[in-house]
Amino acid sequence: MSPSPSKMEQYWKKNLQTLGILLFIWFVVSFGFGILWVEELNTIRIGGYKLGFWFAQQGAIYSFVVLIFSYVIRMNSLDKEFKVNED
Amino acid sequence: MDLLAWTYLLVGLSFALYLGIAIWSRAGSTQEFYVAGGGVSPLANGLATAADWMSAASFMSMAGIISFSGYDGSVYLMGWTGGYVLLALLLAPYLRKFGKFTVPDFVGDRYYSNKARVVAVTCALFISFTYVAGQMRGVGIVFSRYLELPIEWGVVIGMAIVFFYAVLGGMKGITYTQVAQYCVLIFAYMVPAIFISMQLTGNPIPQLGLGGDVAEGVPLLDKLDGVLGDLGFSDYTSGKKSIPDLFMITLALMVGTAGLPHVIVRFFTVPKVKDARLSAGYALAFIAILYTTAPAVAAFGMYNIIQSTSEKPIDQLPEWVQNWQQTKLIQIEDKNGDGLVQYLPDPASNELKIDKDIMVLAGPEIALLPDWVVGLVAAGAMAAALSTAAGLLLVISTSISRDLFKTFRPNISDKKELRIARISAAGAVILAGYFGINPPGFVAEVVAFAFGLAASSFFPVILLGIFSTRVNKEGAIAGMLTGLVFTISYISYFKFVHPELNTAEHWWWGISPEGIGSLGMALNFLVCFGVSWLTPPPPKKVKELIQEIRIPKGAGKAYDH
Repeated sequence: MSPSPSKMEQYWKKNLQTLGILLFIWFVVSFGFGILWVEELNTIRIGGYKLGFWFAQQGAIYSFVVLIFSYVIRMNSLDKEFKVNED
Repeated sequence: MDLLAWTYLLVGLSFALYLGIAIWSRAGSTQEFYVAGGGVSPLANGLATAADWMSAASFMSMAGIISFSGYDGSVYLMGWTGGYVLLALLLAPYLRKFGKFTVPDFVGDRYYSNKARVVAVTCALFISFTYVAGQMRGVGIVFSRYLELPIEWGVVIGMAIVFFYAVLGGMKGITYTQVAQYCVLIFAYMVPAIFISMQLTGNPIPQLGLGGDVAEGVPLLDKLDGVLGDLGFSDYTSGKKSIPDLFMITLALMVGTAGLPHVIVRFFTVPKVKDARLSAGYALAFIAILYTTAPAVAAFGMYNIIQSTSEKPIDQLPEWVQNWQQTKLIQIEDKNGDGLVQYLPDPASNELKIDKDIMVLAGPEIALLPDWVVGLVAAGAMAAALSTAAGLLLVISTSISRDLFKTFRPNISDKKELRIARISAAGAVILAGYFGINPPGFVAEVVAFAFGLAASSFFPVILLGIFSTRVNKEGAIAGMLTGLVFTISYISYFKFVHPELNTAEHWWWGISPEGIGSLGMALNFLVCFGVSWLTPPPPKKVKELIQEIRIPKGAGKAYDH
């Protein structure tokens, strides 16, 4: 019933890779664009927004939503690939 | 109909709706009481989580905090949303697969130790109590401002409502009322925001209006920087906090969010692992609607207040300024006797004092909207406070009936356990109400506590419990205690023992008490790893449990092992 240990290890490795990529983006859009490099980005403008300020008060939040839904899609297909899905 | 009648009508209707739902969704078993029978759809859970999360403070105060801190307010926006990424990716799916009812359940089982469980219960209770007192106070404030009742009455009515649906319905009742409460609160928040955005920038979408132009063709944010700069304030779009402090506060709020027990427990209510992931996405999307509107409300409010008061004759101020002066949320004092209002950074010569809640509460009047919108905002604020209070009360009652009582009396029947859960919910409502009427003087400070503690105690231990097979009970207990003691000491030192030293030059590496949870978390990780390596690895059974929770397949409903 349970998948074999080596398959299981592969699944876990791919899961960790996905997490690594998504959390890297999570860090860059908030701590990076919103805080560490905010002054550099503020020299760029989109409409009435300075870009760094936009990331800190708007962009980071939109990115977070996209990140979670990307994770949902990626994991659903990974679950199917390794036959560990629930239905 | 006048304003008061509209407010009574709309608040009354929303209460009737919540009570109706409570009767319809009565809990019949402990499973229904703790996790709504595990049958909540991901969409409904997303809505409920959003209402659970957004408190009276999010609804009434957050926009105002951003108004007065400008860019620095971003720490709250990013911190209180970014935590959901951590929750969705690192915790929720695995805890759902684990399939029990509470966070201390997981800690106790994963670390095969009732000591670890008791430490976790203590944290959960402390975090939830500090939080719920603020919510009850919020209910009282809304009642007193809008319905012209004393705060005490407001708290008692709020208690009665929550008592009814939390004690009767448990998690099941709370879930479906929270769905309704989300709809009420988001509608109430968006209507004034959309109209104000239209008036100021001509764009009905507040998120775009914030980046739009005001009448003179100058971008709103530039105009605000200029106006505040002329008055001697710092720029709205650049902050005063140091980069390390911004970084640490944001991190502490994110990690704290992911570690809050009343949020985590919501993900036990969905049927499958993949539903837990999806509902975290829905939850954040619903939260983001309010959280991306709040900075717009903040900037619009600040701009409107300065434009309609600064250097204006005191006897010709707009009507809404006069109205809110009566509630003392706006206070004007002509210190230099020139008959004009001066809004200045120096408290000695500043003549205008504005409460942060005004940015949301006065929104409908600033936008000249009809009276029913004012009533709607009152119902929205109430929904935000009640939904969060109910979620917290459930954590408190579950902690008592299940994590404490059942752990030490494993043989009690389901029926008896349900009765104990209801009695502890009732007790918690009364205690929360007491704190709402007699708030401890440090309500604002304890919020830093709640997040700092969740960040420094729960988060590392749950994360390592899932992602490491080597971390053992000795490590977990030592880690949690180190994180807790360190964070509590640092916050207490600067908030209670030596509040006069609470300035950047005395903080360690410039980290404020609000951000210290991040360091507490790092210490927890280090100690947990170090101690685990020096002590024997966890038993084989625990390793199997970890392998088991890592794959989604085979997640039954949340059950009692």
